[in-house]
Amino acid sequence: MKSVIVESGARFLVALLLVFSVYMLLRGHNLPGGGFIGGLVGAVGFVIQAIACGTESARKALRVDPSNIAMAGLGIALLAGLFAALFGDALFTGQWLFIGATEDSKGLPLSTVLVFDIGVYLVVMGAILTLVFALEEEA
Amino acid sequence: MGSATGEAAAHGAKPANRRGQGLTWVPAALAAAIFAALWPAMPPVAGGEVLRWGAAWVPSLGVNFSVLVDGLSLTFALLISGIGALVMLFAAKYMEGKYHSGRFALYLFLFMLAMLGVVLADNLLTLFVFWELTSITSYLLIGFGHADAKSRRSALQALLVTGMGGLALLAGFILIYTVVGSFDLAVVLASGDVLRESPLYLPILVLVLAGAFTKSAQFPLHFWLPNAMAAPTPVSAYLHSATMVKAGVFLLARLHPALAGTDVWLWSLTLFGGVTAVFASVMALRQTDLKQALAYTTLMALGTLVLFLADGTSSYAITGFMAFLVTHSLYKAALFLVVGTVDHGTGTRDARILGGLARAMPVTAFAAALAGLSMAGLPPFVGFIAKEVLYKGAGELALGTIVTAFALASNALMFAVAGIVCLRPFWGRPRGETPVKPHEGPWQMLAGPVVLSVLGLAFGLMPWLKQQILVSPGVDAVLGRDGEARDLRLWAGVNLALILSLVTFALGIVLYAAHVTLRDGLNRLGTHLPSLDAGWDRFLDGLKALAAWQTRILQSGRLVNYMAVTFVTLLAGLVAALIATGPGPIVLEMPYLLVKEWGIALLVLAGTGVVVSTNSRITALAGLGVVGVGVALIFITYGAPDVAITQLLVEVLVVVLVALAILKLPSLEPETGRRRWFDAALALGIGGAVTAIMLMVLEVPIDRRLSDYFEVTSWPEAFGRNIVNVILVDFRALDTFGEIAVVAVAGIAALALLKTKIAPTKEEDAR
Amino acid sequence: MEQILAILIGVLVAASVWLMLSRNVVRFLFGLVLISNAANLVIFTGGRLTLGAPPLIDEGAEAPPALVANALPQALVLTAIVIGFGLLAFALALVFRAYTALGTVDSDEMRLAEPPEGEEGAAPASRRATTPHLAREAAE
Repeated sequence: MKSVIVESGARFLVALLLVFSVYMLLRGHNLPGGGFIGGLVGAVGFVIQAIACGTESARKALRVDPSNIAMAGLGIALLAGLFAALFGDALFTGQWLFIGATEDSKGLPLSTVLVFDIGVYLVVMGAILTLVFALEEEA
Repeated sequence: MGSATGEAAAHGAKPANRRGQGLTWVPAALAAAIFAALWPAMPPVAGGEVLRWGAAWVPSLGVNFSVLVDGLSLTFALLISGIGALVMLFAAKYMEGKYHSGRFALYLFLFMLAMLGVVLADNLLTLFVFWELTSITSYLLIGFGHADAKSRRSALQALLVTGMGGLALLAGFILIYTVVGSFDLAVVLASGDVLRESPLYLPILVLVLAGAFTKSAQFPLHFWLPNAMAAPTPVSAYLHSATMVKAGVFLLARLHPALAGTDVWLWSLTLFGGVTAVFASVMALRQTDLKQALAYTTLMALGTLVLFLADGTSSYAITGFMAFLVTHSLYKAALFLVVGTVDHGTGTRDARILGGLARAMPVTAFAAALAGLSMAGLPPFVGFIAKEVLYKGAGELALGTIVTAFALASNALMFAVAGIVCLRPFWGRPRGETPVKPHEGPWQMLAGPVVLSVLGLAFGLMPWLKQQILVSPGVDAVLGRDGEARDLRLWAGVNLALILSLVTFALGIVLYAAHVTLRDGLNRLGTHLPSLDAGWDRFLDGLKALAAWQTRILQSGRLVNYMAVTFVTLLAGLVAALIATGPGPIVLEMPYLLVKEWGIALLVLAGTGVVVSTNSRITALAGLGVVGVGVALIFITYGAPDVAITQLLVEVLVVVLVALAILKLPSLEPETGRRRWFDAALALGIGGAVTAIMLMVLEVPIDRRLSDYFEVTSWPEAFGRNIVNVILVDFRALDTFGEIAVVAVAGIAALALLKTKIAPTKEEDAR
Repeated sequence: MEQILAILIGVLVAASVWLMLSRNVVRFLFGLVLISNAANLVIFTGGRLTLGAPPLIDEGAEAPPALVANALPQALVLTAIVIGFGLLAFALALVFRAYTALGTVDSDEMRLAEPPEGEEGAAPASRRATTPHLAREAAE
């Protein structure tokens, strides 16, 4: 059931949802959101494209095989956890770096916690897309 | 006696795998290096110092990886690494060109490390981990010739018996922890009085003894040790004489300050040790395979060692224990290596065939004679001194007469066996045709027996040397006091011990002279006695039959039956929990709710009803969607925006996914029949029980400590304002990591499932 | 509302048990979805309900205002939802695969691995079809 309206609508929606998913990921530490939600939003975006234009086009848009995304995410999350060991902390202890911190402002916070959440984001998105694409292609 | 024909044939039959062949000397060199590294610890330890070194391992459980070097552990560690080096040197030559010889060397080395871990551990849990590692590595070694069914059976038997003991030991250690509050050996050993007065003392003792007795092959769990002789000879020499089987004895000695000194300890060790010693020496007489005979004398030695640990205070007994321990390790390892060399040089180990080998194998005969004289307990060998001290210690013990009788009987038998194993094959005339023309082994195989047996002579002539470096520190460590060890003397004047020794020799000579007649008589008798080995088989068969029976009952092959069994069990558990807690004062009150709350509840109810009742796939899908959205609304209403968003997104994906697949599946058909009435009753029962339990849970005030902690620390310590997200990615990040790993695996697994091309099986094929 | 939810959970569980006892594996899947929802609600309700007030800390504050929803069960449920989805998707793939290979969604007819008693003789043939390495071994 190909339809020009759905297809062009989907393209737009995918872009919007992807931006939105990154937004959800980044604001997650302080407001509702985070890696799980961000990953799900991103996955929904590509699922919509896959339904509207076929998995072929969704895979092309993704560029990377979704199962690789999931595995890379798992590796990133693990590295973020192992990073703490370099400083003698227990594994998965968050490490923070505040760039340009002053007395009242914490500046730009960088942390392994965010890296870990990015890993979560990639795993959730990659795993779900792996599943959906496989089911769509085989079913 | 098929087992007596050389295992060389069994291992050599396969084409040699040459990988790692050139490196087989490395383990021996490493073992020697470890020995050399331990040596400098000797002077301070002999001076009464206790060396400790450690690092935290699992700090939250109080588990440290720490090493304790005192008299006892250093003596053991030196024996393990020293004999290990010699055995590995022997093994390198013995296994040369045989199947997987590199792997064999690796196993042997791993075993040595595990064994060093056991004796050097400063923590009960560390000790347990290494204890189990020795079981596993010994399994690999016994089953090394795995093409042979007998090897596999022996390996499995050893693993199961020692594994069961290991579990008992773990339970015992945990009980010790509950009493003492620490796994640290220093704490445990200092809390002897607390342990002995604790109501848990008896269970602790039973469990620890179960572990020690299985490992050290005490009667009636001894049967795995003679079977373990299926392993290549270096393994027997190393594991089943000098080291692993001594782990149980080591444990008893290690925990001696903490557990000994009660009547239960005294009687159980005396009886088990004594019965094992006498039983094993009688059995040793029966054997025609030299290796089997040695195996039973090892059992005898283990029994004797246990016997002498029975007493809580006697310094003579403990001195005897340490002296005999060292002596036995030296001559027994030497003798096993001698038997290995004989096997290598003649192709057989059958005592009925071998004779007059001394001419062809002079060095081996020399080593065998030295070790044999030590084993027989003749002066001036170290075996004589050990035996003298044992007799003296026996006289001092609380159960002196019994112990003396046990010791006398087993020593006389040992004397006879020493003659059979060490003298008979080498002197006199050849008694039969050997498969291979007898020839001397290469130097690598001779080094071990010669060094060890000469050491036995040297220690006999210079008892003070052995005393200072190997015995006294150990005695002090076992008794927990200084300067307690009695002197080891070659000549101590005419006393009771000397008279007993003379009686032993006389009895031994008689037994040796009559051993062929005795052997046949015993063998006739043996066929009528129940065999524990066969009993073990019956036990295993019974276990398998039980497993098969319950499998037939529970696993009918029909999914609905599996589900029914699972759910009935669940219901039973829920009802049991309800009964155990007792029906609390549950007051159902008509709640005052907002309209939207009623609306959500009704929405979920309606959705559930639709899914249950419909036969249309699409309608059911819609019903599922309604339930999911309803649950999401519950989340958003009660302050869980993150969860609600997740739920909604997942709901979208579920509908998409299910819609993709389900329309390809056949439509639902109504199910009827009596079975469904049973299902309905079960479903209602479980639903009701869950509701009842939930209501009771809600009556109990909630413990918010953890939540409060997260709320207070989320911003100051983890710099996050969304507490849920902070919990996920920071406080409980390890959990989350596990969870995303599951998600990733689910995705990959589904991919594999869907993309793998399986040839469709038609119904006709299956029929 | 907690008590109402307790009853609602009971209904959800009863419905899912009924569905999971069905011979039709598609109904089983529906039951799986429902029971995941029920389990999530159990955790959530067990942590008590607080109307409104999500567990967020206001800008400038050190800790949340006095009464906010319990954050811990929310974190547990959040991951449980995603994992439940993974499980469901895997089960769906399994069911779909089973249907394409066996041509049925009736679990009573899926007897390839554990054939009914008395039909053991037929088993090797079917096993050979699905596991090629066994066939090779048999041929040797």
